[in-house]
Parts: sequence; structure tokens; C-alpha cells
Amino acid sequence: MIKTQLLLKVNGREHEVWVRNDRTLLDVLHDDLGMPDVRYGCNEGVCGTCTVLLDGSPVSACTVYAVQAEGHEVVTLRGWSDPTQEAHPLQKAFLERGASQCGFCTAGMLLTASHLAEERPDATRGEIRHELVGNLCRCTGYTSIVDAVEAYLQQREGQE
Amino acid sequence: MSQQLTSTTEDRTPATCFEYQRAETWQDAVELLSLWEGEAKILAGGQSLVPMLNLRLAFPAALIDVNPVPTAEPYVEDGHLVLPALTRHAVLARSELVRRHAPLLSHAVQFVGNVRVRNRGTLGGSLSHADPTAELAAVVMAMNGTITVLGGNGTRTIPAADFFVTYLTTALAEDEVLTEVRLPCAGGSSWGFHEVVRRYSDFATVSVSVVAAEDLTGLRVVLGGVADRPVLVADALLDPVLQAPADAEAVRAAATGIAASVDPDSDLHGSADHKRHLVAVHTRRLLEQVLADAGRDA
Repeated sequence: MIKTQLLLKVNGREHEVWVRNDRTLLDVLHDDLGMPDVRYGCNEGVCGTCTVLLDGSPVSACTVYAVQAEGHEVVTLRGWSDPTQEAHPLQKAFLERGASQCGFCTAGMLLTASHLAEERPDATRGEIRHELVGNLCRCTGYTSIVDAVEAYLQQREGQE
Repeated sequence: MSQQLTSTTEDRTPATCFEYQRAETWQDAVELLSLWEGEAKILAGGQSLVPMLNLRLAFPAALIDVNPVPTAEPYVEDGHLVLPALTRHAVLARSELVRRHAPLLSHAVQFVGNVRVRNRGTLGGSLSHADPTAELAAVVMAMNGTITVLGGNGTRTIPAADFFVTYLTTALAEDEVLTEVRLPCAGGSSWGFHEVVRRYSDFATVSVSVVAAEDLTGLRVVLGGVADRPVLVADALLDPVLQAPADAEAVRAAATGIAASVDPDSDLHGSADHKRHLVAVHTRRLLEQVLADAGRDA
């Protein structure tokens, strides 16, 4: 038996899919369910473009098999910030500081940074860099991304 | 000829698709391992195994997913910090108990991979994978940990220093699975950890871990990335330091001697001489730091 029938819960919706055991969560989200906000990059857990939240924590969708995701909650960028609604404050901070250029890494950056904001709202600039080091960006040189996350954390703190 | 090559590739493609089986208990995992007679691999965090399969570097017939096995939080028992095999790196990094009883581990784990690797990766998986540059393998060895494994013949414990055999190879038998790691509580120890990486979050070119008990007994130094497994530095090379901990020249000479005792491979990360140089520099710095810390406490 190398194909399995799965019920995957993605962005609050249940999807019934038949998958080969060696299909990663990335393969199924991107190819089978047609989600463009989960992107192929390195396929070895290094680059961060396929980042999704699995039960609330950022993981590489390329290093989790789809069969392992059954019974767990998967959230992609669109589940975190609905594109038909107003942009998330962290997305606005990225726009204001030019932290997104070609946009390929942005989904992973946003999901990773928003998780950091929940876990450590008082993260220092060094801690932001440490957290985002596994998300590669070939456009911005990273400074504007760290600036945007820092600004977002400060803004949240101001609101409390 | 080309036709033949094509058909060979096609024949192999289905073989890359493994059977997927879930183990609900460690005993399940052991039974499945023996059924597959060495053709199956245990899937824990998957942060090394899945990339290896994605890159077609491994072709297991089956993956035995142990993630459903119920796992406890780290706890203390009989003067030991007990870490269940499925403890994820992120738990090691944020656990107060680990910080208190294994501060070296708590510190070093933040250098493992990236945040996604730490969210999925497990202690048992990292040790079973046995990458000779791995932070956790070196640290568990430096802390004189023991590794508990379960197999067809029951449970046995293996000192960390005997667990790592060579590249990606451990003392685990075909039907054995790592279930637990026990570290002597080392809250009062002095310790230090350095690693040299080409890129932040990458595998270590060289790592050095040093632990000393409060009264300077049990000084242990482990080097990562310099051999086919983590290397525990021989007591004879550390004796001069213990005789004269305040003598800067003795410490320098010992660090140089330790570096000369290893025979690392030259590779993309650096030549053998460069790696020995890194060992000498970082061992000296850490010995100075740890000896000063231990002296202050004494």
C-alpha cells in the first residue's frame, strides 16, 4: 500500500486527498491543492520558502510527509492573513520598509516572524536575526526585513 | 543501452516510495523493525532523514513513524535529567528544567539548524542519525550521558561515548530504537561550547564542548567535526591542565596537544590543518573560561 487516503485540515478547511507515501506536505499543498503561497525552494529544509504552521509552529513543508499531517492543523500564509481582507499589520510593516521585493521568501518570513511575535514579543534585533536565519532572501539583504519585524514588535508593544 | 538505462531508472522509481507505518508504542516500533529486517528506517523529526530521501540518498523500504508514541516532558530522577527520545529541540531550548540541570545542552541546542528544524527535530533522532558534526551528540558525550535503547532482547543502556561508531552509524542493532537519554544533573558545573560554522545555522566545521564539575574533577572535552564521530579527549591530554589550572602556558600547551591528537579530513569546510588550528584556538579559549569559572566557584 503506497497510496493513502487522507483528510488534511488546511486553513480551517478539510481536504480529502489520495497521496503516495513519499509526497511531502509541500507537494500536496502546492501541486494537489494548488496553493501558491507554499513554495518550492531547496527541498531539504534549509531555505524557508515552504514554511507553514503545523499546530501553530513554523515547519518546512518539504520535510514533513503529507501522511504525517493527518490529525494536525496546517496554516499557510493565506490562512494566516486572508488576501480578500485588509493586510495584516506585519504585512504593512514589510511594505512600508521595502522588506518584500520579488516576494518569493515573504510567505515564510511572515509566518516565522509572526510566530516569534507571539512567543517572544520583546525579542531583540539579535533574536529576530537568529529566528529568521533559516529563511533565505536573495533581494533585500535582510536589513529591511529585520527593520520591519522590529517595527512590528514595537508597534504591538505600544498597543498593549 | 540508453533504453536499458531508462528502464532501470523507471524500475527504481517505485522503490523510492516506501511503506508508511505508524508505531503507537516503542514496542510496536521494535516489532516493525524486526519484521522489516533492516530495510526500514525510524521516522522521528525527519529533519535529516526526509532531506536524504528527497535527495535520493537513501531508499528505505519502509518508514516507521514514531511520532504517535506518547512522550513525557523532561524530568529529573535519581540525580539524572531524563530526556525522552522524542523531545524536540525547541523543547530542550525553552525548558527551565534543562536550563537548570543541563545548561550546556540548553545553550548548544540553539545552534542546531534553524527554527523549523528545532520545531520538528528530536533528540533521539539527532543522536541516532549520528552526524559527526552534530551539536547534540557532542554535548551528550561531554555531559557523560547514557542512552537507553529498546530491542527484541529488551532494554539496554549504552554510555554516549560508546554509542557513536562512525559516520551515520551507531551501536543500535537492526531491531533497536533509542527511547531515552539520561544526563547526570550538572547544575553546578562550569561549561562552554563553541562552534565554527561557514554560515550561521549550518553544520559545524568544528565544535568544542567543555564541562568541568565545581571542584574541577571530571573535566571533559569533546570535539565535533574532526573525525567520523565526536571525539572525547583523553584524560592524559587534560592532566597537565588539572595540575596547573592557573598556568596560561600549560593551558595553551594542552590545547595545542589536543589539536595535534586529531586527524580531521580536509573537505569543503576547510583543510585538516585549518581544522586543527580551530581546535587549538577554541579549546584554549574554552579551557581558560571554564577553569576561571570553576576556580571562582571553588
